[in-house]
Amino acid sequence: MSLLELQSVSKRFGGLTANQDVSFSLDKGQIVGLIGPNGAGKTTLFNCVAGYFPPTEGSITLAGKTISGLAPEACARAGVGRTFQIARTFHSMTAAENVLTGALLRERKVPKARDNAMQWLAFVGLERFADKPSGSMTISEQRRLAVARALALEPQLLLMDEVMAGLNPSEVRETVDVVLKIRDKGIACLIVEHVLEGIMPIADKIVVLDRGRKIAEGTPAEVSSDPTVIHAYLGDE
Amino acid sequence: MSRLNTSTVLGLLAAAVALVVPFATSNPAHLNMAILALMAAQIGVAWNLVGGYAGQASLGHAAFYGIGAYTSTLLLVKFGVNPWLGMLAGGLVSAVLSGAFGWSCFRLKGHIFTMATIAVATIVEIVFTNWEYAGSAVGLYIPMDKQGLGAMVFADKASYYWLALGLLCITLLATWLVERSFLGYYFRAIKDEPDAARSIGIDIARYKQVALSLSAFFTALGGSLYAQKELYIDPPSVLSTALSIKMALVSILGGVGTLFGPVIGSVVLTTIEELSRAMFGGTGRGTDTIIYAGLIVVIAVFYPTGIIGWYQDRVRRFKARRERAEADAAAPAAARAARPTSSTSTGAAL
Repeated sequence: MSLLELQSVSKRFGGLTANQDVSFSLDKGQIVGLIGPNGAGKTTLFNCVAGYFPPTEGSITLAGKTISGLAPEACARAGVGRTFQIARTFHSMTAAENVLTGALLRERKVPKARDNAMQWLAFVGLERFADKPSGSMTISEQRRLAVARALALEPQLLLMDEVMAGLNPSEVRETVDVVLKIRDKGIACLIVEHVLEGIMPIADKIVVLDRGRKIAEGTPAEVSSDPTVIHAYLGDE
Repeated sequence: MSRLNTSTVLGLLAAAVALVVPFATSNPAHLNMAILALMAAQIGVAWNLVGGYAGQASLGHAAFYGIGAYTSTLLLVKFGVNPWLGMLAGGLVSAVLSGAFGWSCFRLKGHIFTMATIAVATIVEIVFTNWEYAGSAVGLYIPMDKQGLGAMVFADKASYYWLALGLLCITLLATWLVERSFLGYYFRAIKDEPDAARSIGIDIARYKQVALSLSAFFTALGGSLYAQKELYIDPPSVLSTALSIKMALVSILGGVGTLFGPVIGSVVLTTIEELSRAMFGGTGRGTDTIIYAGLIVVIAVFYPTGIIGWYQDRVRRFKARRERAEADAAAPAAARAARPTSSTSTGAAL
């Protein structure tokens, strides 16, 4: 059984169809990239999985349990961690406190949660910034901080929304390393990404969306030679 | 580090001042002013739980204050219930009724939320103004026939001073405990980034309500104390919007979301209020109020993070300057030490 399973998920906002009949699945410890041109409905689909938008039709299950229609906080408790396009770290807190707040979901005692948080901070390579206010960190650091905060929930699935956008090549490498380490922990990753050179080498599977529909699914090599995908990205000759 | 923390020293100093005030002055007017400052500080600290830490700026807190004052007073006047019990009952009634307050207001965000809180509090004020049983617009008197600690009625001001100080300390202690527990982190997360807070499993509707109920409980205790001190309450004195604004104002002036911010704000605000009244009051043209308002505007413009924020900023700058000075002093020494060895170690020292 797959860890995450989307079955004919559709999301409509009034007359606008953002996602139409999208199905795919994701196994434990897999990295799946969700790509597509602007406005393809990637973020909407993402928000459906994370509980921010209930799907209009279709179902989403995590480890056999239906999570579609659950509120974001219930999805988090069920085992879905997520990051946002803009990192949305808690700016009144230090880096350690940000992760600690995430760790409180599984451990309500603050000193213990702090210990857990420090481990996750070290995991993403930010331990030296523990006492730094999160607002004064760079975009790349804040994105990784948001990843650590989501990991502190001890999720089964981590959703990452454009963690590599706007980063320089060495920052992309650092982020890729973190993603690979997450996979090695047995946590599945679903990554929405525009930076294809970041996601293509590490993904086990790529799902391509265009105008709300899934137009291709397969290994990075299969997908990048698929004429439909090339057409969607580059248009006609 | 053996150096004493500046904040600890200031805190101990403030505690010492608070303990000697009743012995230092025999002037009841001065003592009364000190009591008012403590009472304003206490409700400011209570307001700060939801308005500061959780970032839900309510301008309807007078409703909780009034419900506390009316609950203990009605229980005493109509049923002869001891005011200490009445005070506790007022806190609990207020915390429970805050559920309705939150239910109606928390579906709104930001400024609209704040406006809704004003509306709800105004409804409460109108209800009490027209409620015959609760004395309507005439208000309620508390008899002075029983006095002493058990009856919470005193002929002298000093006793009320100790009561107000005690209540302030309890409220500060409760806030301190909340701040250090998971609740404190959850409240701040909701204030900073509500969407991200939900993504890490925080039920924001629920924790906003927890903050509001705690805040309502302690605000109501302040209301009961007011009733016992003044021995008279009516809707304008315990339910007015001006009172709600004052609770928010002392926190904002002192520093929202900080433990001692409202205390500092209250001392500064009460001092400005009384001084401007002493110097410019009685001219019959409201000069004192204009000066009072002007000073608030000045503080708000120049110190938007409040007095605590301004102080923390100064400390940070001072530390940065000292670190730079130390680095400057250390650099030549390091260079001297490195000179006899190879150039790589000079690079490492720098």
